[in-house]
Amino acid sequence: MSILVQNLTKIYGTQKALDNITFISEKGKITGFLGPNGAGKSTTMKIATGYIGATYGKVLVDGIDVNKNPLKVKQITGYLPEHNPLYLEMYVREYLTFIASAYKIKSIKRKVDEMVALVGLEREKGKKIRALSKGYRQRVGLAQALIHDPQILILDEPTSGLDPNQLVEIRRVIKHASESKTVIFSTHIMQEVEALCDIVVIINKGKIVVNDKIDDLKSLQNNVVTYKVEFENQVNISIFEEAGLAISVGDSNQYHISSTKEDPRKAIMKIVGEYEMPLVTISKVKQSLEKVFQESTKEP
Amino acid sequence: MITILKKEINEFLNSFIAYVVIGIFLIGIGLLMWVFPKTNVLDYGYATMETLFSIGPYIFMFLIPAITMKAFAEEKRNGTIELLYTLPFRDIEIILGKFTAGLVLVLFSLLPTLVYFFSLSNLGNPVGNIDSAGVAGSYIGLVLLAGVFASLGILASALAGNQIVSFILAAFLCFIFYAGFDSIASINVWLDSSYFIRQIGILAHYETLSKGFIDFGDVVYFLSMIVLTLYFTRIILTLQRR
Repeated sequence: MSILVQNLTKIYGTQKALDNITFISEKGKITGFLGPNGAGKSTTMKIATGYIGATYGKVLVDGIDVNKNPLKVKQITGYLPEHNPLYLEMYVREYLTFIASAYKIKSIKRKVDEMVALVGLEREKGKKIRALSKGYRQRVGLAQALIHDPQILILDEPTSGLDPNQLVEIRRVIKHASESKTVIFSTHIMQEVEALCDIVVIINKGKIVVNDKIDDLKSLQNNVVTYKVEFENQVNISIFEEAGLAISVGDSNQYHISSTKEDPRKAIMKIVGEYEMPLVTISKVKQSLEKVFQESTKEP
Repeated sequence: MITILKKEINEFLNSFIAYVVIGIFLIGIGLLMWVFPKTNVLDYGYATMETLFSIGPYIFMFLIPAITMKAFAEEKRNGTIELLYTLPFRDIEIILGKFTAGLVLVLFSLLPTLVYFFSLSNLGNPVGNIDSAGVAGSYIGLVLLAGVFASLGILASALAGNQIVSFILAAFLCFIFYAGFDSIASINVWLDSSYFIRQIGILAHYETLSKGFIDFGDVVYFLSMIVLTLYFTRIILTLQRR
């Protein structure tokens, strides 16, 4: 089971919300979908779940065109929409029963009990959804998305607005549920992507700017290689700048030296040798995902 | 469709809409029928249910839009429409579920008025002196009319973004289709076409049914009005998701 987004374009009036995006999300992998607000993340998810139509292009879920056979796709897809809309006047069990019967699940009662246990709603199951806190509502939403054991899971900001404990808890549920499923989920929290995702897709202004495995992303981006260098004494940074290196001053004689052309170590060593600077340590800086995100989505 | 129907009925019961609707309808029609001097059947002296069938449509004109106003407007406002659309329902299932739920509620409010029929039948002189065929035809007419009003209410709710607009629009549509075309037809400019204009409205067909004459054409009129309106609702909802 895979999700193939192919040349997807969505135009609202005169505004292009999605501009010819293509990516694939494979089985057993969690794809993190990142991007600034309004970049087109939710629009992509709404098209993939059959909520709205695309202007051009298509989404194939397990080879099935969402536009041509939406019912079949909806049957195998679990979706948690942004802002997690719920019927607030319903009781937790009543709501899950409604969802289960929508998916035509056979043993509804058993399945509802199972979901309640999975997402940790035992104590709240008899309450009205209106009476639940945000974290618990999010669990109800997650139970809704998982109840029919879908092959495809699409989660739009499932962890927004949760406290740190709830975050860990919900992440655990997602991680647990995602084994053997195809998962796309969007978020603003970078650590979450680092903790959960296998593949990162960053979208900006309706275009994909990054689509890579998370491990490849973190070490190298835009060919910028940065080293953290510590000297025994303070150094004159202009020497490095003259050699074509970018340098920034850290604390206690530490400097970040980077180069876009080639590995900067050679140049650093040459200067160190020439000016006889006592070097204490030198280590490669792993680019954080946050940096990657900022670089790839910054305004020109 | 059954899943949606159940959900809607539960919502009516949980939110007290059902009790309020049935209660107000019965109190209103009961007062008009038995208590208020101008319309009550006891003073009138004839065993007839005319009051229920002539005033019923005007009460429905407000009551049914109140029932259906939240159908889609509320779902849109709360965002739950996204949930509904991404569950494996056909659009028409959602529409039919909501329509049927509204109609069922109206039927339940109408059911207790059957007691009036038996009371009047017993009050008749001699006992049982009541135009049963006329009453039966009127009931069928009233149910069909409720169906058209409910479908117009669903359409208004699909068009509107909020419940108040939905309610006003629905009440207006119900009025236009019930009495509006009749009044328009009575303007003295149409010459021969006036008959056809009157036939577009509900009143012309409802009156025939009230006489106890169940004409196939009238029944077809009501059913096709319902089907057309619901189909139009589906088009509107599809366009909104483009």
